Amino acid sequence: MADKKLRVMVAKPGLDGHDRGARVLARCFRDAGYEVIYTGCHQTPEQIVSAVIQEDVDLLGLSCLSGAHRYLYPAVTKLMKDKGIDDVTVIGGGIIPEQDFQLMYDAGLKAIFVPGTTLESIITWINTNVKPRN
Amino acid sequence: MYFAKEVLESSSKMRQKWEDEVKKLVSKWPDQKPDAQWSTVSDLPIKRLYTPDDIKDMDFARDISYPGQYPYTRGNQVTGYRGKYWTFRMFSGMGDAATTNARWHMLLKEGQTGLSTAFDFPTLMGYDTDSPKARGECGKCGVAIDTLEDFLVLTKGVPLDKITTSMTINPPATALWAMYCAAAEIQGIPLTKIGGTIQNDMLKEFIAQKTLMCPPEPSVKLISDTVEFGTLKVPKWNTISISGYHIREAGATAVQELAFTLRDGMEYVEDVLRRKKLDVDSFAPRLSFFFNSHIDFFEEICKMRAARRIWAKAMTERYKSKDERSWWMRFHTQTAGCSLTAQQPYNNVVRTATEALAAVLGGTQSLHTNSLDEVWCLPSDFAVQIALRTQQLIAEETGAANTIDPLAGSYFVEALTNEMEKQAWEYIHKIDDMGGMVAAIEKGFPQLEISDAAYKFQRQIDGAEKIMVGVNKYVSTEKESIPFLEIDDKIETEQIARLQAVRRKRDGKAAKKCLDDLKAACKKGDNVMPYCIEAVKALCSVQEICDVYREVYGEYRDPGLY
Amino acid sequence: METTKKIKGGDVRAASRLIRNLEDRVPEAKTTIKHLFPLTGKAHVIGITGSPGAGKSTLTDGLIDMFRKKGKTVGVLAVDPTSPFTGGAILGDRIRMQRHAEDPGVFVRSLATRGALGGLAKAVGDAIHVMDVLGKDIVIVETVGTGQQEVDIINHSHTVLVVLVPGMGDEIQAIKAGILEIADIFVVNKADREGSSKLSRELMAMLDMAPPSTFQGGWRPPIMKVENAFEPTGFNKALEDISNKIDEHHQHLVDKDIIGSRMRRKAVVELNEAIRASILEPVLQKLLSSGQMEGLIEKVMKKEIDPYTVAEDIAKRYLEGCL
Repeated sequence: MADKKLRVMVAKPGLDGHDRGARVLARCFRDAGYEVIYTGCHQTPEQIVSAVIQEDVDLLGLSCLSGAHRYLYPAVTKLMKDKGIDDVTVIGGGIIPEQDFQLMYDAGLKAIFVPGTTLESIITWINTNVKPRN
Repeated sequence: MYFAKEVLESSSKMRQKWEDEVKKLVSKWPDQKPDAQWSTVSDLPIKRLYTPDDIKDMDFARDISYPGQYPYTRGNQVTGYRGKYWTFRMFSGMGDAATTNARWHMLLKEGQTGLSTAFDFPTLMGYDTDSPKARGECGKCGVAIDTLEDFLVLTKGVPLDKITTSMTINPPATALWAMYCAAAEIQGIPLTKIGGTIQNDMLKEFIAQKTLMCPPEPSVKLISDTVEFGTLKVPKWNTISISGYHIREAGATAVQELAFTLRDGMEYVEDVLRRKKLDVDSFAPRLSFFFNSHIDFFEEICKMRAARRIWAKAMTERYKSKDERSWWMRFHTQTAGCSLTAQQPYNNVVRTATEALAAVLGGTQSLHTNSLDEVWCLPSDFAVQIALRTQQLIAEETGAANTIDPLAGSYFVEALTNEMEKQAWEYIHKIDDMGGMVAAIEKGFPQLEISDAAYKFQRQIDGAEKIMVGVNKYVSTEKESIPFLEIDDKIETEQIARLQAVRRKRDGKAAKKCLDDLKAACKKGDNVMPYCIEAVKALCSVQEICDVYREVYGEYRDPGLY
Repeated sequence: METTKKIKGGDVRAASRLIRNLEDRVPEAKTTIKHLFPLTGKAHVIGITGSPGAGKSTLTDGLIDMFRKKGKTVGVLAVDPTSPFTGGAILGDRIRMQRHAEDPGVFVRSLATRGALGGLAKAVGDAIHVMDVLGKDIVIVETVGTGQQEVDIINHSHTVLVVLVPGMGDEIQAIKAGILEIADIFVVNKADREGSSKLSRELMAMLDMAPPSTFQGGWRPPIMKVENAFEPTGFNKALEDISNKIDEHHQHLVDKDIIGSRMRRKAVVELNEAIRASILEPVLQKLLSSGQMEGLIEKVMKKEIDPYTVAEDIAKRYLEGCL
């Protein structure tokens, strides 16, 4: 019988190497029954979008703690738009001050998860808002 | 025997009575949570009560001793904080060099006694501000430094012979230290008179912080170069700050932080001995350490006491060091960033205060206290002042500095110190058996231990087995707004313009020659430091120097372990 | 067909999506595969197997480099295990190959086993076809790496690399479990580690003892060493040698006309699997939906009837069309 799994990607754009959150999320997503691809640190927007296409993911989670999200997250979503990718949900986390939230939503992110978010609330959000492609 | 027989006998009777009473009461009035949850934040189990029995096998002279006497459990300095408080050393850097210089002068005016440099990510990773990899990153989490010109602006008005400076920098450490040395020379100060620290600890990068450039072998070689150069030319400089802070921030337990940090230190000692054939006592006195001070008060104090004992034993037993200054484990501490919360941020002032107090009672030589807003952004003037005052308050008002190692002799503190030391040695021996720290890193051992601990902790927070006030208990529905410091995006454009101006005005031929000389030195295996100093004086950039290393030594590729 | 056209045209997105549909067992995907099937057979398929920690992904990453230098395009199917408890999976091979992400000549696709044993995912066979029609000259299939049961790989590959690492402790078991039969090339990775010579000697001895008929067309698997991955010059040379050896093996298959037997092996497996799926799934589905299954389970539990008699009866009724 068909096994519809959610395919998700966790990516760290830019030079930030603080990957504790990304690694915890990768395990958490596996435990929630998703198939998760972690790109590792130090990814350019081009590398991330290329991976999104090659892996046919339903969800992309971006993590950045260096403050460079203002440039990097919109750079990723713009590149996806340019390549005609309109069916991947993008969410973000890391060190994102509140005054930047609107900028992120304007860039196309559907949710921002700041420090103090429980893993359960992230999974609940995903299960409610993102469905496997088929 | 630590206690006389009669003491233990009478304690035994009293304990029996107490245990019976506890049993009776607990059957009517159970504990608020199960035994297992009365543990440290790192899951070390803690007993309800500690008694003489818990330390009966201790030997006073062997295990506790006196300040300034082996094994230094009670501290290295005989006069304690009465002679000199720990250095109030606030980690700071933001935007461009001029802005950071202003913050530095403000902190010095407000009473900080040492400088500590936070660099931005392009600088930390060895890229120039105009590198495509650096887009969006300039000045966001620290100061942007591309060339010596920036560094001179950064250090303007700072008397480098009167104040010590720490620089948190790893793969490009040789380049930034070279800039500091060049800046001193320009101020007319001989290298023998400057003091400070470069973090320069690549092993913990592979384990935890991930500012990576070259593979482990050549990274350790560059570190040996700096140790040798410091030993011969810059005797007051601490060339490595062997760090546990980042290991802890990545999710390690306190014991893992203790074990991996000290084992890293041992790895460096062995490497310098093997590669440079220096006598251990010629360089070991200048090795320094950097620990985290996390939220579990007693665990941190005991960790620091255990660290001193472990290092002293390692230096005398493993490396046959003869000079006691090599046996002192001197350390800087930073309060735990990962313990701070985004929710109800003013609570962070309290967290930082208790963590700072733990570090003082643990005997730190130098301290940075986090600001309440650092979960969101770089610290504002308002927040950083509170953080600095926290240290000053502890020093002047609380009495914590009146007496040395006040908790010595406590049944609990001594027992926990012993337990942490024992567990740390288990890890250390395990890593020894793997062939050392570099081998353990290649096998992914410390990285996976840390990942496991981080995941476990997050699950515990999710399940409210461990509490974070404001996050999973005492949550408020109202959002608390605090003022945030913003780094203007246009700083990047300005910095790029400055960098390009420097490239235009410098003697291009001379700069290229310096880089070629550096490359030749790398290939021959010579000490790179003199070549770096020449290169920075010729206005070579951080990236230009690092590109030489990348070319000669190759770039490290993350094996991606979870 | 729209999808077929796109894949023939090199559309990576369409290809990845089709692989997704194959994994999810979407019926339309089967139709597309029928269209693609006649166009397959051009790619050289390389299987890489070995224990976890053997460094397969690092090798794959290096091999991608080598084949790109030779002007060949590369597809990679990297398989990782699905957790039997949660049904999820961390697909962690890509991270080691991410530096190729922007090279249009490289397509890396991660797959989870989704419960399949044998080291591969069920969809791998068809995913290889997709990569083939997409135009990839080389398709590298990297198995899960549990070592012992990973023989499925030979059903799909022209050339199989078995990667071993000294000091892992399990290389002897790998040898005992029949890895000898499937290897076309042995790679001793991290060969600068202690135990490397011993491992090579043991492999050598094992090959010496094997009957000559084991070596198809006279190809005795070479033992190739790769030392420290962080020392670029040596590492690149070792990988260049391996890529050349792979090409040599492919040529050997062609010259000795063995390629046909490898193709036959794949055809047998594919046919068996397709027939099994076409018959077994609808039969089980019918038994479940008609409620017959519950009754049968009860009877077998109570030992009123044995499972073999049940199966014979079902088969008879199926063939007579009265299930």
